[in-house]
Amino acid sequence: MTIAVPSSQPQGPSLQPVGWLRYLSFSLDHKVIGLQYLVAGFLFYFVGGALAGVIRTELISPMADLVPRDTYNEVLTLHGTIMIFLWIVPVVNGAFGNYLIPFYVGARDMAFPRLNAVAFWLIPPGGLLLISSYFLTGAAQSGWTAYPPLSITTPAAGQVLWIVSVLLLGGSSIFGAINFIATILKLRRPGLGMMQLPMYCWAMLGTSLLVLLSTPVLAGTLIMLSFDIVAHTGFFNPGEGGNVVVYQHLFWFYSHPAVYIMVLPVFGLVSEILPVHSRKPLFGYSTMVYSIMAIVFLGLIVWAHHMFTSGTPPWMRLFFTIATAFIAVPTGIKFFNWLATLWGGKIALNSAMLFSCAFIVHFVFGGITGVALAQVPFDVHVHDTYFVVGHFHYIVYGGSVFVIFSAIYHWYPKFTGRLLNEPLGRLHFLLTFLGFNLCFAPQHWLGLNGMPRRVAEYDPQFTLVNQLSSVGALLMALSTLPFLWNVIASLWQGARAGDNPWNARTPEWLTSSPPPVENWHGEAPLVLEPYGYGVPIDQLDLSTASGRDLWSGGR
Amino acid sequence: MTLTLSDSESQALHGGSGEAEAHGHPDVRLFGLAAFLVADAMTFAGFFAAYLTFRAVNPLPEGATYELELALPTINTVLLLVSSATFHRANAALRQGRSELCRTWLAVTAGLGLAFLVSQMVEYFSLPFGLTDNLLASTFYLLTGFHGLHVTLGAIMILIVWWQVRQPAGRVDASNPFAIEAAELYWHFVDGIWVVLFLILYLL
Repeated sequence: MTIAVPSSQPQGPSLQPVGWLRYLSFSLDHKVIGLQYLVAGFLFYFVGGALAGVIRTELISPMADLVPRDTYNEVLTLHGTIMIFLWIVPVVNGAFGNYLIPFYVGARDMAFPRLNAVAFWLIPPGGLLLISSYFLTGAAQSGWTAYPPLSITTPAAGQVLWIVSVLLLGGSSIFGAINFIATILKLRRPGLGMMQLPMYCWAMLGTSLLVLLSTPVLAGTLIMLSFDIVAHTGFFNPGEGGNVVVYQHLFWFYSHPAVYIMVLPVFGLVSEILPVHSRKPLFGYSTMVYSIMAIVFLGLIVWAHHMFTSGTPPWMRLFFTIATAFIAVPTGIKFFNWLATLWGGKIALNSAMLFSCAFIVHFVFGGITGVALAQVPFDVHVHDTYFVVGHFHYIVYGGSVFVIFSAIYHWYPKFTGRLLNEPLGRLHFLLTFLGFNLCFAPQHWLGLNGMPRRVAEYDPQFTLVNQLSSVGALLMALSTLPFLWNVIASLWQGARAGDNPWNARTPEWLTSSPPPVENWHGEAPLVLEPYGYGVPIDQLDLSTASGRDLWSGGR
Repeated sequence: MTLTLSDSESQALHGGSGEAEAHGHPDVRLFGLAAFLVADAMTFAGFFAAYLTFRAVNPLPEGATYELELALPTINTVLLLVSSATFHRANAALRQGRSELCRTWLAVTAGLGLAFLVSQMVEYFSLPFGLTDNLLASTFYLLTGFHGLHVTLGAIMILIVWWQVRQPAGRVDASNPFAIEAAELYWHFVDGIWVVLFLILYLL
């Protein structure tokens, strides 16, 4: 059921900057903040990607000939930290969450707009601090995990800047989570029940719970680590009687849930995109909701599967092996539900769908290698090898990043009022898909055959496969060119999208593109069936829908 | 549909954002604070977990000391528990419209908080170990120091509320009690954490 009330109420005057300047200001509009997250995230993505380019170029030959070993360690630390804390987490949570959640709950903004702006504006200083550490003092060299004693014994200044930066980004993440939880639970418009929310709301609710429960533990741990470095306490310093395994427990208590902080929002985004472009209701809504909550719970109790080689006792290994394997159940439910959503649908294989479908393939592959890694004997064999690198890139790049692209093709018309160019989008997809799989699939083979991760030099027998992987990375780098050209040129040259180019049912499409300052001209529409595609399109009640019926053109 | 457009002044100030909505729903803001306190509690939980693990698996080095006296912390516990009660009195007085009484109780509460901090300093100077002496000592100072930081912030919040209650414009009164309720929620949280800390650090 859709009720839309035509606009009559006038908008008040605004003293905030307008035009593109508002994206550089302390804006309180959730849509501006969302796009600020998105653009800032992409800037950091290109920095992190360039660093990945350095890594893959270094690994073309077996010797450390492009950069010295210390620099290589700095580069891989910066790459990991940037990609996780400054790209995927802010974008899948901050960007799309801020943009979409108020629409989905029928609110005019987030619950705490000021806190929201503060959360975003913690990110640029955090990121600049991290990157500038390379030029000022030398960056941290201990990898994104900052394991002691390495992080205590390597040069201190860069490591401390790294800690401060991660604390700023963690604070941003916590503020965002508080805002999402309050908005979803407290700002829903009357008449809109929890089980009528679009799936992305549930995904963000689960993610925010994880952030709220686990990020503070990382913050506390890093405070202890900084005490070890600066005040010479001995929490994690074996030389002072400290305990490195405690660091690993506390660190992974955040950093395993962090995987779900990166993929649960992505699950939500895919659940919005697939029904629209296959004209089918989302299959198994309630099981999708329960799966998310099961993943949240299980995600919090499996961290020690990262520590099977840290001398964990057998009972612990057994518990964490079983608990980890169990996560495959709710995750599997979600995958079968997505497949059932597609089944028999009128599928439009446009760029958004191509990226989302590739996500399904990659995530299944990454999930299977993940279940394999949860088994102690196998994990002990491939621990700290390139198998792990391949596995998690299938999750976070083949999963999260592919869906970020998918979501941009899907929501760009809402952001800008223009459509992206389809052929360029498909070229982008093709290059990314080929490059990604060429880059990361061979790394499983490298790992199984014993090539360790985090090294600038390797045994010459791995040369050819490393070169294949580097060619894949080059293709991925090239793939950003058509994408960048597309998003920039389409701002001026893209076809006018109309308000609802996909004939979607979720609430954000029932307002103008781009939306007005308080989201709706007049009252918010009450959408109780966000996936009501079960009836023929000509009988759908889309009172405010307009624009071109793109999907029906067989695209 | 109960969401209201903000008035034009608020629109001009906030660029037409929905902040007026949140202002209209104090319970949303209290809910947000409660969510923040959950996060805060998890920070403490991480520290507690580290402390307990250190105690369980890392023996103290030869000759190291970790002796805690019970007298001062017991007094501190009483101070904080009483301050929770006085804060409750302050809130109740405000609800009855007796803002002068409310300010008196707030002043008493802040005074108890400051007394706690002074007492903690006295304890610090009387302890036979320093921050870097051994694992348990480090974690002790980390936990009590982090909690003392919370007490300090809480006392500052109370003084701000104390100042706001005096304001004639009705910034904090019976019809607009958000500031005092938020400060009270936070203060009870800090007291509750102390009770757990007292149990684990001193009694266990």
